[in-house]
Amino acid sequence: MVTLTINGLEVSVEEGTTLLEASRFYGFPIPTLCHMDGLSPYGACRLCVVEIGQGPNTKLVTSCTYPVEEGLQVRTASARVVKARKMILELLLASCPQSKIIQDLASSHDFRQQRFKQEHEDCILCGLCVRICEEQMMAKAIGFRSRGEKRSLGTPFDLKSEVCRLCGACLYVCPACQLRCTYTEPDKAICGGCANLSPPCLEKSSFDDMMCYMEPCVACEIKKD
Amino acid sequence: MESLKTIDHFHALQRRLLSSRDPVIPTLIISAGTCGQASGANDLIRIAKREILGKKLTGKVRLRITGCHGFCEMEPSVLVEPRRTFYPKVNPKDMARIVEAVTTYSIVEEFLFVDETTGNKIEKKEEIPFFKSQVRTLLGLNEKVDPIRIYNYIEHGGYQALATVLSRGDSGWVVDEMKASGLRGRGGAGFPTGLKWEMLARQSNGYGKILICNGDEGDPGAYMDRSLLEGNPHSIIEGMIIGGFGTGANEGILYVRNEYPLAIKHLVIALRQAYQLGLLGSNILGTGFSFDLRLVRGAGAFVCGEETALIKSIEGKMGEPVQRPPFPVQKGLFGKPTLINNVETWANVPMIMNQGAQNFKKVGTEQNTGTKIFSLVGKVKNTGFIEVPMGISLREVVHTIGGGPSGKAAIKAVQTGGPSGGCIPISRFDLTIDYESLKTAGSIMGSGGMIVMDERTCMVDVAKYFMNFLKEESCGKCFTCRKGTQRMYELLDDITAGRAVRETLDLLEELSNTVKDTTLCGLGQTAPNPVLSTLRYFRQEYLDHIEHRRCPAGVCKDLITYSINEKCTGCQLCLKTCSFGAIRGEKKGIHQIDREKCIRCGACRDVCKFDAIEIK
Repeated sequence: MVTLTINGLEVSVEEGTTLLEASRFYGFPIPTLCHMDGLSPYGACRLCVVEIGQGPNTKLVTSCTYPVEEGLQVRTASARVVKARKMILELLLASCPQSKIIQDLASSHDFRQQRFKQEHEDCILCGLCVRICEEQMMAKAIGFRSRGEKRSLGTPFDLKSEVCRLCGACLYVCPACQLRCTYTEPDKAICGGCANLSPPCLEKSSFDDMMCYMEPCVACEIKKD
Repeated sequence: MESLKTIDHFHALQRRLLSSRDPVIPTLIISAGTCGQASGANDLIRIAKREILGKKLTGKVRLRITGCHGFCEMEPSVLVEPRRTFYPKVNPKDMARIVEAVTTYSIVEEFLFVDETTGNKIEKKEEIPFFKSQVRTLLGLNEKVDPIRIYNYIEHGGYQALATVLSRGDSGWVVDEMKASGLRGRGGAGFPTGLKWEMLARQSNGYGKILICNGDEGDPGAYMDRSLLEGNPHSIIEGMIIGGFGTGANEGILYVRNEYPLAIKHLVIALRQAYQLGLLGSNILGTGFSFDLRLVRGAGAFVCGEETALIKSIEGKMGEPVQRPPFPVQKGLFGKPTLINNVETWANVPMIMNQGAQNFKKVGTEQNTGTKIFSLVGKVKNTGFIEVPMGISLREVVHTIGGGPSGKAAIKAVQTGGPSGGCIPISRFDLTIDYESLKTAGSIMGSGGMIVMDERTCMVDVAKYFMNFLKEESCGKCFTCRKGTQRMYELLDDITAGRAVRETLDLLEELSNTVKDTTLCGLGQTAPNPVLSTLRYFRQEYLDHIEHRRCPAGVCKDLITYSINEKCTGCQLCLKTCSFGAIRGEKKGIHQIDREKCIRCGACRDVCKFDAIEIK
């Protein structure tokens, strides 16, 4: 067992636990976008930053990837953490305003507007879909390509993947468009983005054989008509 | 090539090489690194060979083709031993005369280097101001050694350090010596190398340990590692073998970017020769110690200079940094304990072993021992590849070695540490060059790029340039780094285009601090440095752009207008130069610029001999 201090509370947890798991276990909420139990931690969204160390040598680290250390001082909601988190949310909101999860997070942090040029992107490149495809579905059908501002998500060479089983897990875990596939009525869908999209499953005629475990989405409904 | 079976064999070879050397025979030394070749060294080599063969001078004149000598401004250059005559900017036409002069032990006066301040001709290389103020302990060998001949390196004391270390047979001593030398990692962060070695030496050797040489140099305007790899690859190989012996590692990897074809070629040859001679492989010099070294070529991603990303890249995965801890020294390449040092750090190792830690410490300051290589580029007279002791002042580097500004405009600032570094203004040029003081000034040592800027450089534009580089070179894993650099670029673009308001600056500063705080690796954490350091020292320039819609340096095209003043003599030179027909005027009458047609390229200003073109 490792003993550490989270927000002034001395706690002990199993070795190998991450700061995020420890904090959540002891009831300190930390917002995340790219974390999911059962998938390996990745640390892409940076929302889960916490402040570690003491005195002048404190630094911010992502709690989802940082393992617990003996005697570590952790603050999950210090002024520095909140300031950083708000700026990250502002950046997210500026790029991906249609995501319900980001909207909720923003409103819980008292955001009403953001100061950057408004963009309308769908993907925040959190990597959840890549990891669920590789680690849980054992398919490795999608991955990241390129770097920097050109980084994008997709199948190799943008060709139809031969290993993709169209399970839809990638759509299911996506935080930027999670509600896309949970509402059957277009007016209840928050972003409405799904109505314009053509999910991979639609290209197959025998959709029922695809073992898709999701509720039929708006796009599916439209297709049926 | 023979294979050396024992340390005695090696010493015998050393003696044989030394005794066969005749120091009286004149040698033509041609600097032919990538930069030298680009400026025409290959022609010089061809002509020199033709002259030597044609005039039957074989045996009377020697030719040595080496790596970069460092004085880039004067390439292609020829150095003649034993007189040490230095001929700068040699025209291929003049090469024959130089060869002829060499045979008679004389010099060609008219080709010698001219000191611009005094007007005197200087013959010897060491007396040229550019070289005089440097301490070239690492680079000194570049001109003595032909990188593709291992015997050449051994002749000049190469692999002596390895022989000493192996005959002592005490790995603890190697690590202690490294710790005592106080050498700090030359990759930029300045972590004490000895401490790193000790950490690796303490790891259990169950699955093998790995050493890596980080040759993924990607800063714009920096070429220190390339020149070392091209000019003296054996010093790095020797350093790594010693490192392997000291830390108990039996495997090493040289990671070099594929954009350095000459460095890779020289390394491949050097590795093959070292293997053939028995200095690499199993049972080195009969001591039972084995070390294997191989070359891995990187695909040229800037982020792969970061150690965890570099490891991923070698493993064949996407070059993305991962969370430390676990540190590479605990769990690195393929899960094995791994030690990563920069090219320059490895090149320092044989020197420390040869001269001893105490002698090594005599150069530099107490906390920052040894020398550091910089590439001095930008608006400075003598651009080049320099080596100075730690603790030297910036002024000395820029003004004494660099020779002051290259143009009419005065020097304004120097940018150190590559894209992740910062700009230091002339008011702080008394700053000493060491890890700590550069950090307190808002910059970093980095791997050693040094870009000099003058009054005609706009600092907002500089920040924008580096941000453009970083937004493309960020790996894109961390949201704050990927989106943060894009947004910073966007804000800087707004400022240079005159679209910004006061709040833009606050937002830029806030965003910079967040990016610095919340990203994973060194690239992201230092990415806002160009913005933060220019904001710190040149805030007025930002305010000029925002409040007065004016670019003081006359760079940002959206904020400037060109006009012609009464100094114009009507020579019509600018009129002929302008590709867009924006200049009108009679001969011998004052010309005018049509602002509608003018694209603000500045071509007219460059050709005007009367300073008649003004920027507002």
